[in-house]
Amino acid sequence: MISSYVPILVLFVFAGLFAGAFLGISALLGPKKKSHAGDSIYECGPAPVGGARERFSVKFFLVAILFILFDIEVVFLFPWAILFRQFVNEGMGLFVFVEMAVFLVILVLGYIFVWRKRALDWR
Amino acid sequence: MSETIFFYIFAVISVGMVLLMIFQTNPIVSALYLVFGFFGVAGLYVLLSAPFVAVLQVLVYAGAIMVLFLFVLMLLNLRKEDLVYDRLNWRKIGVGGVAILFLGFLAHHFTRIQIQPFFDLPENFGTPEGVGRLLFTTYLIPFELVSILLLVAIIGAVVLGKRQ
Amino acid sequence: MLIIILKILIPFLIIFNMIPFLIWLERKGSAYIQDRHGPNRAAFFGIRLGGMLHSLADVLKLITKEDIIPLHVHKPFYLLAPFLALTVACVTYAVVPFAHPIEINGEPFTFQAADLNVGILYILAMASLGVYGVMLAGWSSNNKYSLLGGVRSSAQMLSYEIAMGLSLISVLMVGGSLELNNLVISQGATPWSWNFLTQPVAFFLFTTAAFAETNRNPFDLPEGESELVAGYHTEYSSMKFAMFFMAEYAHVIMASALIALLFFGGWQVPLMSTDFLREQAGLGLYILLLAHGILFMVAGIFLLTWFKKGKYGDLRDYEVLVWGIPLVLAGLGLSLYTLLHGSFDLTPLGSQIFAAVVQFMTFMAKILFFCWFFIWIRWTLPRFRYDQLMGLGWKVMLPLGLMNLAVTGIILLMR
Repeated sequence: MISSYVPILVLFVFAGLFAGAFLGISALLGPKKKSHAGDSIYECGPAPVGGARERFSVKFFLVAILFILFDIEVVFLFPWAILFRQFVNEGMGLFVFVEMAVFLVILVLGYIFVWRKRALDWR
Repeated sequence: MSETIFFYIFAVISVGMVLLMIFQTNPIVSALYLVFGFFGVAGLYVLLSAPFVAVLQVLVYAGAIMVLFLFVLMLLNLRKEDLVYDRLNWRKIGVGGVAILFLGFLAHHFTRIQIQPFFDLPENFGTPEGVGRLLFTTYLIPFELVSILLLVAIIGAVVLGKRQ
Repeated sequence: MLIIILKILIPFLIIFNMIPFLIWLERKGSAYIQDRHGPNRAAFFGIRLGGMLHSLADVLKLITKEDIIPLHVHKPFYLLAPFLALTVACVTYAVVPFAHPIEINGEPFTFQAADLNVGILYILAMASLGVYGVMLAGWSSNNKYSLLGGVRSSAQMLSYEIAMGLSLISVLMVGGSLELNNLVISQGATPWSWNFLTQPVAFFLFTTAAFAETNRNPFDLPEGESELVAGYHTEYSSMKFAMFFMAEYAHVIMASALIALLFFGGWQVPLMSTDFLREQAGLGLYILLLAHGILFMVAGIFLLTWFKKGKYGDLRDYEVLVWGIPLVLAGLGLSLYTLLHGSFDLTPLGSQIFAAVVQFMTFMAKILFFCWFFIWIRWTLPRFRYDQLMGLGWKVMLPLGLMNLAVTGIILLMR
C-alpha cells in the first residue's frame, strides 16, 4: 500500500527539476546587458511614489481565518460522504445523517453569526 | 529496508527544516521552512500507513493554517529594525537547561521501550474509510464536540476581527 | 521503476504539449469571437499551421529574453514563487485515470501515475498549495500592484476552495469513494446517469469554483489589467513570467479533466460500456480505422479546395498542398487497407488495449471541450467586482453547497 505512494515522490522530484530547469534556461540563454529601466519599480512610467510595504485591511485576515475553520468542517465531511451509502445499506443511515446534521447545524449557527455581524460584507 | 531509508530521508527533512525555521531572523522565511517541514511529516505519516492523516497534514496545515500565518506576517510587514532581539540571560539558560534535561529523560525512556516490529494492521487502517468508520461510530462524542470548538473559534475570530 | 517513470512521463508530456495548443486556441478562439483573424503571420518556409507557429515562436522568444531580476525585489522568494507555482501545477495530475484498468497476465494495470486511496483529496491538497506561488510573488516583488494582486488572488482562492470542497461532498456521497476511477465507474456509460444530470447544483458550484481557482475570467480580478497592470506577476519577465502562464494553463487542463471525471463520466464512452467495447473490439477497430481514413480524406480535400495560386505570391501559397496531399493519400491508404483487410481478430489483451485507447481518446475529447469552455466563457463574460466576488463565494455558494448536501443526503436516505 505504501508502495503506491512512490510515484508521488518521483513526481515531486521530477516536477521540481522541470521547474528548476526553466529558471536555469532563462538565466543562461538571456542576454546579459543591464538595462537600468528594468531595475526600477514598475508603476506605469512615472517614478514610484511611496513603498509597497503597506499594512492591509483586517478583512483579508478574517477571510483567511474563516477559511481555515470552514475548511476543517469540509475535511470532516469527506470521510462521512464516502461512507454514507455503506451506512445506509447497513441500516444506520438515519443515525449517521442526524449525527452530521447536528455537527453542521452548530457550524451554521456560527455562519449565521458571521453573516449577522457583517463580516462577510466587503465594504 | 527501503522503508528505513525513506524514514531517515523524511526525518532529516522534517527536523532539518524545523531547525532552519528556528534559526531564521526573517519571520516569513521561517514560516516557509515550517511548510517544507510539514511535507517531511506528511511523508512520515505515509510510512506509518496513515495516508489520510498525511493528506490532511498537507491540506489543512500547509494549505490553510500556514497560509494564514504567511498572510499575517507579510501584511504586518515587520521591518528589520522592528524586530526585537532577545538577550541571553541566566533565567533563559536555566529554562533551556531544564528542557534539555527533560528531553534526555524522554529519550532515555524511549530507547528502552520494547518495540514489536511486525504486527498485522487491521484492514482499512489509516484510509479515509477506516478513519471515518471509527470517527462516526466509536468516537461520536469527540466528533460532535469538535463542532462546538469550531463554533467558538468562528465567534472569537469575528469578535476580534470586527472590533473597530 | 520503468513503468512508474513512463506513467509519470506520458501524461506529463501530453499536458505540457497541450499548453501551447491551448494558447493558440485561446488566441484563435478569442479572435473569432471578436470577429477578427487572430494569429496567422509566423511562418516557417511558408508553413503556418493556422497560426500555431506563433506559440512556438513565443517559446523561443521567452527563453531568449533578458532575465531581469529587479534590484528592489526579495530575491530568494522572487525566484521561488514561479518555481512553486509550476511545480504545484505539475504534480496534480498524478491520480487522474485515463482509461479503465486492464489486466496483463492476471495482474491489474491502471492508467494513472499513482493509484492512491485518498484519490481526489490529493488533488485538493496540491491545489491548496497553489496559493503560495501567488502570495510569494506578490509580496517579494515589492510593488504595489503585485502586492494588491497577490493578496486579492489568495483571498479569492481561499474563499472558493470551500465552495469547491462542499460541492464535491455530494458527488462523493453518490459515488461512495474518493478514488477517481471508482467515481467514474459508478457513473456508468449512459450519459443520463452522469453526475451533471443527477447533481446539477454540484456541477454548477464546482465549475464556478474551478473558474475562480484558476484565476480566469470572470474571476480574473487579481490581474485585472485596467486596475492592477498584471497583478502578482507585474514584475516578472522572460521565462519566469511564462512559468506563471504555464501554471495557469496547466490548472485549466486539470480543472477540465476534473469536471469531465466528476460530472461527465470521465473516460466512459457514451452508450458503450467497457465490456461492450472489449467484446466488439475487432469490429470497433475496423469501423474506427475506416472512419479515420474517410475523415482524413475529407479534411484533405477540404484543404485542397483552398489552394489558389498567387494568393500571397510566396511559399505560403503551397501550405495547403503540404498538408492536403499527404492527408488525402494517408486517408486513401488507410481506407483501402481497412476495406481489404476486413474485420480484425484481436487477442484478449489486444481488445482490452483497444478499449483503453478508445476511452483515452474520449477522455481527451472531453478535456478539450472543457478547455474550450474555459476560453469561451473568458471572452464572453465581463469581470466581477471584488465585493461581488467575495459575496458570491461566501453568501451564495457556501449555503447552496450545504443545502445541496442536505438534499442529497435525504434522497439517499429515502431510497
